[in-house]
Amino acid sequence: MLKIANYVRAKSLEEAYTLAQKRTNVILGGMLWLKMQNRSVQTAIDLCDLGLDKIEEQDDCFSIGAMVSLRALEMHPGLNALTQGAMAEAVKHIVGVQFRNLATLGGSLYGRFGFSDVLTLFQVLDAEVELYHHGIMKINDFAQLPRTTRDLLVRVIVPKRSMRVCYLSQRNTATDFPVVACAVSETDGKYLCAVGARPGAAVVFTDEQGLLCGGITQESAEAFGKEIANRASFGSNTRASAAYRKQVCAVLVRRCLMQIKEG
Amino acid sequence: MEIKVTLNGKKMVASVEPDTLLIDFVRHHGCLSVKRGCETANCGLCTVLMDGVPVLSCSVLAARANGHSIQTLEGLQEEANEFIGFIADQGAEQCGFCNPGYVMNTIALLRENPDPTDDEIKAYLAGNLCRCSGYEGQLRGIRNYLNWKKEAHNG
Amino acid sequence: MAEYKVIGKSMRKKDAMQLLLGKPVFTDDIVPQDALVVKVLRSPHANAMIEKIDTSKAMLVPGIAAVYTYEDSSQERFTMAGQTYPEPSPRDRLLLDRHLRFVGDAVAIVAGETEKAVDRAMKLIKVEYEVLEPLLDFRKAKDNPILVHPEDSWNAPCPVGADNKRNLCASDSGGEGDVEAVMAECDQIIEHTYHVKACQQAMMETFRTYTEIDRYGRLHVVSSTQIVFHCRRIIANALGIPKSKIHVEKPRIGGGFGAKQTVVAEVYPAFVTWKTGRAAKMIYTRQECQIAASPRHAMDVTVRLGAMNDGTIRALDVYTLSNTGAYGEHGPTTVGLSGHKSIPLYTGGLEAFRFSYDVVYTNVQSSGAYRGYGATQGIFAVESAVNELAARLQMDPTVLREKNIVREGMVMPAYYHEVANACALDQCIAKCKEIFDWDAKYPVRDMGNGKVRAAGMALSMQGSSISGVDVGSATIKLGDEGFYNLIIGAADMGTGCDTILAMIAAETLDCSPDDIVVFGADTDASPYDSGSYASSTTYLTGKATEKACMELREKMCAIAANILECDASELEFRGDGVYKLGSDEFVSRSDIATASMANNCIPAQATVSHSSPVSPPPFMVGMAEIELDKETGSVQVLNFSSVVDCGIPIAENLARIQAEGGIVQGIGMALSEDVTYTPDGQVIENSFMQYKIPTRLDIGTLHVEFAHSHEPTGPYGAKSIGEVVINTSAPALAHAIFRATGVWHRCLPITPEKILMEKNDD
Repeated sequence: MLKIANYVRAKSLEEAYTLAQKRTNVILGGMLWLKMQNRSVQTAIDLCDLGLDKIEEQDDCFSIGAMVSLRALEMHPGLNALTQGAMAEAVKHIVGVQFRNLATLGGSLYGRFGFSDVLTLFQVLDAEVELYHHGIMKINDFAQLPRTTRDLLVRVIVPKRSMRVCYLSQRNTATDFPVVACAVSETDGKYLCAVGARPGAAVVFTDEQGLLCGGITQESAEAFGKEIANRASFGSNTRASAAYRKQVCAVLVRRCLMQIKEG
Repeated sequence: MEIKVTLNGKKMVASVEPDTLLIDFVRHHGCLSVKRGCETANCGLCTVLMDGVPVLSCSVLAARANGHSIQTLEGLQEEANEFIGFIADQGAEQCGFCNPGYVMNTIALLRENPDPTDDEIKAYLAGNLCRCSGYEGQLRGIRNYLNWKKEAHNG
Repeated sequence: MAEYKVIGKSMRKKDAMQLLLGKPVFTDDIVPQDALVVKVLRSPHANAMIEKIDTSKAMLVPGIAAVYTYEDSSQERFTMAGQTYPEPSPRDRLLLDRHLRFVGDAVAIVAGETEKAVDRAMKLIKVEYEVLEPLLDFRKAKDNPILVHPEDSWNAPCPVGADNKRNLCASDSGGEGDVEAVMAECDQIIEHTYHVKACQQAMMETFRTYTEIDRYGRLHVVSSTQIVFHCRRIIANALGIPKSKIHVEKPRIGGGFGAKQTVVAEVYPAFVTWKTGRAAKMIYTRQECQIAASPRHAMDVTVRLGAMNDGTIRALDVYTLSNTGAYGEHGPTTVGLSGHKSIPLYTGGLEAFRFSYDVVYTNVQSSGAYRGYGATQGIFAVESAVNELAARLQMDPTVLREKNIVREGMVMPAYYHEVANACALDQCIAKCKEIFDWDAKYPVRDMGNGKVRAAGMALSMQGSSISGVDVGSATIKLGDEGFYNLIIGAADMGTGCDTILAMIAAETLDCSPDDIVVFGADTDASPYDSGSYASSTTYLTGKATEKACMELREKMCAIAANILECDASELEFRGDGVYKLGSDEFVSRSDIATASMANNCIPAQATVSHSSPVSPPPFMVGMAEIELDKETGSVQVLNFSSVVDCGIPIAENLARIQAEGGIVQGIGMALSEDVTYTPDGQVIENSFMQYKIPTRLDIGTLHVEFAHSHEPTGPYGAKSIGEVVINTSAPALAHAIFRATGVWHRCLPITPEKILMEKNDD
C-alpha cells in the first residue's frame, strides 16, 4: 500500500525541483504505477498547478507539457497528422480511456519503463526533452541518464518536419503491455527505428549498413527487420521469451517500413 | 489536510489524509456506487468523472481532486436512465458489480461521441472489465438505445 | 414448444435497474463504518511449520482489537467445500494451522479499527518458520515422500479413495465393456494428454463477508455466497459452535461462477466477531483472490480414443490427474465430471469405456468449484481428441460428430445409465453450421500478408443438479391485494434466478411476474436449498417453485370454497382468482388474500422441496472463427457461434447472456488466462495486470441461438444453462488454431508465442 505523509502542489518549478531532491519525496505523474507500489513517500509533489498540461503547436515544433495525458496525445489532431496516426496507435492499446486520462507523458517517459509505448515512439520522432535542471537534451540522451537523476521533466519538444512514421506492437491481449513494440520513422531518406518492451526500455537504431538506401522494398524491409532484430538485445519475462521477441521484432520492423512505403 | 470539492453538484469542504484515494473518499461520502475491483488500475469499476472526464478513482489522490468537480453515478441518475433500460432489456447488467463504472464510462462516451460505431464503443469501453455478460449484450443494449434515439429524432 | 404466457419470453431482471443505477446493494455497501477490518497474514512459504509466532508488538498498534494464531483455533478438522453433508471432501482444514501448505495460507488473523492499523500490525507479527521442501509438481505428487497432510487428525469420512500418506485426495476407476479388446480391433487410436490450468473465476466482486452479533446474541453473517446453508454449517464447524447460533444471508452478489461455493473468507470475520463481540468485515483484495481462493482444478486429462476408418468411435479411455492443491475442497467431486460429462457425448457407437482418476495434494493454492467443474477440462481433452481423429481421417468434424453423438432416447452407459430424454444435440449441430456458415469458413482461408482465417468446433454437455443429492425448495405465499412472495434459498449471483423463478411462479399461477416478489437467500427465513451450484437452480429450485405454486392454487381454492360455501372440487383456479364451475361466482385473488387473514385456518402459502433422481444434461455446439497471424502467432477471435439445448430457456435473453458470458470465459481460458508459479511456489499471475481476462476487444462477435428439447422432469421442460456454456470455447479454438497452423496445442492457454514457436511433438 502506498503511504504518503505530505502532499504539496508546487507553486513553481523551482519549488518542485527543490523538494524532489530528497530521496523520500516523489513527483506525481498519473500515479498509476506509483499507486501500486508498497512504499512510504514523505512528500508527494504535484505539478498540476504549473500549466504543464498543454500541447502547444509552434512554427517548428510541438511543445508538449509533462502533465499532458496519454489520452490528449491520442486525440491531438496535429500530432496525429504529423505522425500519420502513429501517436494514437502507440497509446490507444494502453488499458482504457480512463487510465489514459490519468497517465501523463512525463510519468510515462521519466520512469523509462521497459514496457513504455510512449518512449518507443518519441525516440523516432527526434524529440527533445526539457529537464528543469539539465535543460534541453535529445530524448535518446535522456533515456541514457542514470536512474538516480533527480530532475524535473518539464516538456517534450517534437520538431515539425515532413516525416513518415509507423508504430506497431505485439500484445498477448488487446490492452496488455506490449511484448515487443517497434517504431520507425523516415525523414529525408534517413531512418530511425526504436524497439521497446524487449522487455528492457526502448533503444533506437539507425540504418548503419545502408540497407534502405535504395528505398523500401519487400527485400530491403525484410533485411532491415532482421538486422534490427539482431542488433537489439532481448530478454524473457512472463509474457514472452527473448527468442519470440526477436522473431516478432523483425516482422514488426518490416511491416512498419512497408506501411511507411505504402502510406 | 483540507480539500474543497464539488461532489455531485454539492460544494463541500472535507478533511482527508494526504494518501486518501478518491475512491475511498467518495465511498465515505455516501457514493457507494463506486466499486473497487482490483489494485492495479485494470478493471474500470471505480470510474468517476473529474471535471467531466472519466478517470479511475482508485488512482487519484483525494488531495488531487481539490478544486475540482467529481461526479459519480449517484449524481447522474437521470442521464443514466436515458439508456440503461436498454441494457436491462438484454439482461446484460448481470451481477451488477461492474455496472456503475461501465455506465459512467458510457455516459462519458456518449457525451464525447453521441453516435459511435460498434468499434468505437468497444474501444472506448475497453477498460471496463465484465466477467458475467460476455460484453455482447452490453453492446446490443447501447446499439438499441442509439437506434431508438435516431428513430425518435426522425419519427 | 407449448404455448406459454411467460416462459420463453425475454424479461428484465427484477434487480436490473437497481444494479444499473449503482444502488448500494452489495455486502460492502451495507456494513456500518465502524466494523472491524479483518485481514489474514499469509504464508510466504509453500510448505512450512510455524516455529514461533510473536504477536505482542502487533497488539500494541493503536486501533488493533485482536490478533489470532493457530493457538486460538479449534483443532477439529473440517472442510470449506460448500457441499451437501456429508461432504465427500476430506476433513483437512483448521481455521488456523501450524502447518502452512501453500504461499498464501493463513498464518494469523488481525482485526482493527482501520485498514492502516491492521496493515501496520501485520508487519509487526514476528514469525519464525521451519521452511520445508514444497511439493509443487502435481505429476510427482502421488506417493511422493513429501506429504502435504502428514497429520494424524486428517480424515476422509466418505469412501472417495483418499489417503493422506500417499498425497491422494481421491482415486477411482470404472467403466463398461472390454476397452482393451475393442481398442485392439480399432483402425485408429488417438492418445494424448491435455492440460488445463488452475484458472480463476475472477468475478468482479472479490470475496467479502460482514459479521455481527444480532439482537438474540447470535452470529449474523452477511456474505457474498452462493450457499447460505452450507456456509452456516461450515462456520459452525470452524468455530466449534452450534448451528443454531448462526444466521447467514446474502445480499446481491457480484458474480460467483463457483468461487463462492467455497467458504473462502467467511470464517475469519466470523471468528473475530464471535470472540470479540464486535462487528467485523473482511474484504478480499484482488491479489488474495488470485493467490488464496478456490480456482479451477489444474488437470492432465489423458484420452485414448479408438475408432474405425469410417469414423465410428468405439472406445474411450480417459484418465484424469487432478491437482487439488493444499486442501481437498471439491477435489473428489470435480474430477468425476471430467469423464462423466465428456464420454457420454459419444454414446452413439461406443462399445466400451473406462474412466479412472487420481486427485493429488500439492503445495499450491487449493482448488474449488469453477463453472464447468471438471467437465470443462474433460471436454477440452475429449473434444480435442475427436477433432484430432477427424483431421487424421480427413473427415469434416461435424460429420464425424453426426455419426457418433448421443441422440434423444438413448441410454447413456457412461452417464449412470440415464436416458437422454431431452436431447437436441443433432439439431444444435445442424443449426450452428448454418448460422456460422461452417461450410464456407471451414477449414482455412489464406488472407494474404501472413494471415489466415480458420474455423474449429466442439460439443459440450453438463448436468442439471446433482442427482439424488441436491435439494431445491421454494415457499410461495399469498399477500394482501393478491401479490405473491416467493422465498428461496437459492442464490441469485447475477445469473437472474430470482427473475427466472418468478417467471416459473407466474406461469404456474397464471399471473404477471410483476405480481411475484422474490426474497432470498437467508438461513433463518428461506426453505432449505443446497444453494446455487451444479447447474441446479433453474432445474431443481424451478421445479420446486412450480410444485409449490400448484399446491398454493389448491389452498387458494380451499379458502375460496369457504367463502363460496361450496366444495373445493367445484372450483377452478385461474390467474385472477377462483371460479365456481358452471356459474358466474368468482372470488378474486385479492379477496382470497383478505379472507386468509381473518378467521382462517388454511395457510395461504406452500413450501415444496424437490430433488431429482436424474441430472439431465444440457448440450451445446460451439464454432469459432479466428484470424491468425502466422508471423507473430497472434490470434483474433472473429466469430463465435453456438447453439444451446437447455431444454427450453425460461427467459431467452437471460439464457443468451449466460451463454455469451460462458463463451467469453472459455475464450480467456483458451487464449490468455495463465497460471504459473515461481520456483518456490508463488503464483505469478496475482493481479489483473498479470492475469488477463478478456476485454471486449478480445472476443470478436458472438452469436447464440437455442435448439429446444423438452425435459420431462424439469420445470416447463427446462434443463440447465449456467455451466454447459463454458466448455466449447477452448477445444473449438484449439481446433481452429490447428486448422490455421497444422499444430495441435494441448496445453492451455494457447499464447501467441506458443503458436509461433511450438511444433508438434508427434
